[in-house]
Amino acid sequence: MNGRRSQATERGAGGAPLGTVAQSGRKAPALRHRSVARRKAVDLIVKVLAWIGAWFGIAVMAFVVWEVVVRGISAISWSFFTQSTPQDVTSTSGGLANAIVGTLVITLVAAAIGIPTGFFGGIYLAEFGRNGRVATAVRMIANVVMGVPSIIVGVFAFAIMVKPVSHYSGFAGSIALAFIMLPVMARTTEDILNLVPNELRESGLAMGAPRWKVTLGVVCKAARGGLITGATLAIVRVAGETAPLLFTALSSPYWMSGLFGSGGFFGGPVANLTKTIYDLAGTPYPAWQSLAWGGALVIIVAVLGMNLLVRLLFQRGKEW
Amino acid sequence: MSTVQNTEYLASPRGSRDAAEAASRGRLRLGDPIFRVVATACGLAVAAAMFGLTAVLIYNSWPAIAGLKTEVLTTVAWSPSSGQYGALAALAGTALSTVVAMVIAVPLALVIALLLVELVHPSIGRIIGMAVEMLAAIPSIIFGMVGLFVVVPFMQETIVPWLVESPLGSVPGIKPGPTFQGGGLSIFTAGIVLAFMVLPYITAVARDVLRMVPQVTKEAGYGMGSTTWEVLHKISLRYANSGIVGAVFIGLGRALGETMAVAFIVGSVYTDLPRSLLDPGTTIASLIANTFNEATDQIQIAALIELGLILFLISMVFQVIAQLWLRRVQRKTGGRA
Repeated sequence: MNGRRSQATERGAGGAPLGTVAQSGRKAPALRHRSVARRKAVDLIVKVLAWIGAWFGIAVMAFVVWEVVVRGISAISWSFFTQSTPQDVTSTSGGLANAIVGTLVITLVAAAIGIPTGFFGGIYLAEFGRNGRVATAVRMIANVVMGVPSIIVGVFAFAIMVKPVSHYSGFAGSIALAFIMLPVMARTTEDILNLVPNELRESGLAMGAPRWKVTLGVVCKAARGGLITGATLAIVRVAGETAPLLFTALSSPYWMSGLFGSGGFFGGPVANLTKTIYDLAGTPYPAWQSLAWGGALVIIVAVLGMNLLVRLLFQRGKEW
Repeated sequence: MSTVQNTEYLASPRGSRDAAEAASRGRLRLGDPIFRVVATACGLAVAAAMFGLTAVLIYNSWPAIAGLKTEVLTTVAWSPSSGQYGALAALAGTALSTVVAMVIAVPLALVIALLLVELVHPSIGRIIGMAVEMLAAIPSIIFGMVGLFVVVPFMQETIVPWLVESPLGSVPGIKPGPTFQGGGLSIFTAGIVLAFMVLPYITAVARDVLRMVPQVTKEAGYGMGSTTWEVLHKISLRYANSGIVGAVFIGLGRALGETMAVAFIVGSVYTDLPRSLLDPGTTIASLIANTFNEATDQIQIAALIELGLILFLISMVFQVIAQLWLRRVQRKTGGRA
């Protein structure tokens, strides 16, 4: 930190406008009368407090991950990934295989709906709408929708997908998750496309290429690293959501069986990791609680692993 | 990323020949309008989603709005078995847990942001910053489980007994109320867990805002012989003041609507106003999460959806304030918030 400060001081002395603070600072006389030792002591105390506070915050976060790993690791076994949720308290076997598969299916269907829509929405904001009135409104609304509590989205999906047909379905869960993805993907796409220099668009158009070709083949191609990162992070984010699935996909101790019928994706409750964890953790049975920790570990490894992976793979894409 | 490569792509004779061919065949005129319409439709879909959500919530809660009139907002107890649909207890729980969360999270987020921007070497700052961003990605159910199995017992056995014995234990608001259950499952615990959930969000925005402080302004401060602390609090914080308010609102919006972590640990007492932070209670989101699936009565479902609508409106107000505020800051300082 000392190096940074002295560097800053040197650069400040090298011709930067130094007058701003001295002229506007009415507190300057008070500064002059305080002893250097006292000011240095205050500075040190604040630095120490900041370090303690910051490391406390970070340590608590690390502790959360640590707890999940320690408690979850003992639940992980071969049967955890091959068997379905136990229904009998006395049985010692059972796993979360059906829930893991269900979560994958629900999330992928949600991504198939939410990612392309959000992507084109982002293209609209960055390439067509720009700073027009409509685009400004859409951008603002997208920001607000991103802050809508996920349980509200669950209630919304219940009202449009479950209530009319009076049965839960995995597809209703996918719709809820797609709803959450949509504004995230749109805003991410816009932000990334805005980083692509205009010269690229201009030279593309000057070559006589149609707009769609310039946008998809030049602008998006240039920004593909960032776009893939954004899409992956949007998918990973909703994969860990619980609240939107509570009243839509519900949960089930069985394997999903096909598309329709009471056990199918469109026809009935579909097992999923997060809701299953919620249910199992709420029971008083240690074996089931242990399974829930195993599920939590799977989620945390998947979420953090994917985050780390795309960040490492596409770190260079972040510049654009 | 690869400007050179893309310029080559553009400059290659193939690209222009394709375009010329396309133009001669008249595909140009068809491709672009379709592309524009699809993109615009998807853009408007985002807005439509929002209006659709609002309309659907109002429509589905109408039986409760019309049938129960103001009962939901003016009475305390939620007890469908005896026909009571009051949500004041849930509203109070939401407000209290959010306040506890913000009191803990805001100062912590600020010191972490200051540390990241001003105190540590940029390369370390980047690593910690990335860790904070990744922690924002941890799903709330994980926080709920750690809260239920680790934080609740710790509060129940260690913190709360000590707190109740201490002089603070007789202060109204901390003094155990009539529904006190040992303090493990309580609004206080929920607030603590919430604080660490919203911490990454506030930290991220606060860090971005502090980064917008122009280097020259800080250098001017150092040039005057200021210590790091003096530059931080007399220049950086003053400059970033309003942006930090925006960061707080972002965190506030998150804390208000957080469901899974709170539903586990808030204690689920629906019938009484919390008299103390150590009492169990409920929040709007966790009331919906915990009772929606058991609701069979049409009026109960409608009342729960009305609660959802109320929560939606509250969090929307905070989001809009935050967005407008941050946009104003952005315009004023010319940076990217």
